[in-house]
Amino acid sequence: MEKNNRLLGGIKFFALSIFLVLYIFPFFIVLINSFKERKEILENPLKLPSVLNLSNYIDAFTKMNYLHAFLNSLIITAFSVFLITLLSSMTAYIFVRKKWKFNQFMFFFMVASMIIPFQGIMIPLVKIYGSIGMMNSKWALIYMYVGFGASLAVFMYHGFIKSIPLELEEAATIDGCSQLQTFFKIVFPLLKPVTTTIAILDILWIWNDFLLPYLVLMAPEQRTLPLSVFYFYGTYTIEYGPAMAALMLATIPVIIAYLLMQKQIIEGVLKGSIK
Amino acid sequence: MEQEKTLLAKLKTYLIFAGPTTFAFLTVIILPFLYGIYLTFTDWNGISATHAFVGFSNYLQVFKDKVFWTSFLLTLKYVFFTVILINVIAFFLAYMLTSGVKGQNFFRAGFFTPNLIGGILLGFIWQFIFSNILVYLGKSYNIPILSGSWLSDPDKAFWALVIVTVWQYTGYMMVIYISGFMNIPRDLLEAASIDGANTYQRLKNVILPLMVPSFTISVFLTLQRGFMVYDINLALTNGGPYKSTELISLHIYNTAFLSQQYGIGQAEAFFLFFVVAAVTLLQVYFSKKLEVEN
Repeated sequence: MEKNNRLLGGIKFFALSIFLVLYIFPFFIVLINSFKERKEILENPLKLPSVLNLSNYIDAFTKMNYLHAFLNSLIITAFSVFLITLLSSMTAYIFVRKKWKFNQFMFFFMVASMIIPFQGIMIPLVKIYGSIGMMNSKWALIYMYVGFGASLAVFMYHGFIKSIPLELEEAATIDGCSQLQTFFKIVFPLLKPVTTTIAILDILWIWNDFLLPYLVLMAPEQRTLPLSVFYFYGTYTIEYGPAMAALMLATIPVIIAYLLMQKQIIEGVLKGSIK
Repeated sequence: MEQEKTLLAKLKTYLIFAGPTTFAFLTVIILPFLYGIYLTFTDWNGISATHAFVGFSNYLQVFKDKVFWTSFLLTLKYVFFTVILINVIAFFLAYMLTSGVKGQNFFRAGFFTPNLIGGILLGFIWQFIFSNILVYLGKSYNIPILSGSWLSDPDKAFWALVIVTVWQYTGYMMVIYISGFMNIPRDLLEAASIDGANTYQRLKNVILPLMVPSFTISVFLTLQRGFMVYDINLALTNGGPYKSTELISLHIYNTAFLSQQYGIGQAEAFFLFFVVAAVTLLQVYFSKKLEVEN
């Protein structure tokens, strides 16, 4: 029995390893080819690079305006996630603690709206915000993310806040805290687990989002990382080397963040999926 | 907590706490949605300042448009295969990775990796694989099925799209199934073993019924994402060759923003909205019926 189990464990380990190699293989291919010249890539795209030539990276880095795109992505993601978590938690709090008819209606309205797909909104969105001159700005984009992200965040905070006992808040009120003070000093710190979950889900979404920035941001200096890779790739399709380097440059920061926060990310996705 | 007595006090509290969210929600989602309904009845071309009211003609045109139906049916086919493949593989991986195999955290993290990276990048990565790596392998080792690029063959390009989607999402759904497996009470499994149930019987009679909630969520998410897919489609095939892989989302974008038929594009978008809403609501309804009391 014991021996059988170990054999079975070995087989499983082996099967999973093969599967994982298949999963990681595409990244590996991009990595090795990002160091090669076009000729070397065409001769044998599977061969390891003969020299570690960084010229593709330098090329991609400058032509993609990498630093700028990276900063744009960072600003957009950071501000959007900060605003979504802050504003949605306040909203959910008032929805749970004040059982006014209007609050219940708004909560239902927000939850119901979650079935509207982005494609159903994008055309009028472009028309409306284009006509009032709000396109082509990071801040307009951040504002839109707050609108798009609010429903799910309010829904998740709502579920969590319901389980927090009222006594703590009552004590704070007796001690003279205003409603806002009670929220920021007592409630918001208690929401940390769900805030982490929402932040992780929203970071993954906003950092990697393509279609909305593609519609909103026109000027090259406004581009996010996925957008700059898209335009760069479109212009340099034949230049495989720099194109591979561009893909790596966009992937590396994410992988580094993942290595540092792997546990929180997987846990965040796990908790976020149980609605 | 303080109790607001007057309507004005209530309004003040509401605006302080929920004002910004409400405003953003209404202006970013509800207003465009309502305006979208209006747009479907007009012939706006995106440029001219005026547009005429055309009644239901956009909807009629959508229903008569063969290209639209081709794209829609292709999307259905795509959703069908990706939903099944993703969920079967993800379930299988989660099963293996909760059975105490060595290095399971490492494996979990590895399979999840593609979900960290946006569809545009993944599409470009696989474009290189399909048009260079696989062709190279096919030519070097004389494998006929690989010697031409899959992306330039209408049938194979569809399967390339399916493969990339499955590769991207299995890790995510695996995480959901893992949480389902971890929520199955150990003593229930032990009791089944003591009663003499073998592995297959335990899977069929204990594990699967208790995993229905995970299936509900996971199938819901894969259905929804399947209907909405855009960036992988754009980066991998851009709908080609000859529009043979133009899924519905890409088709809507092209109709509206490239052909500048905003009214028609919006009518197509609403059609998609109704289909997705109907399919996902029905799926969740029937899955909920299957769930057992835990």
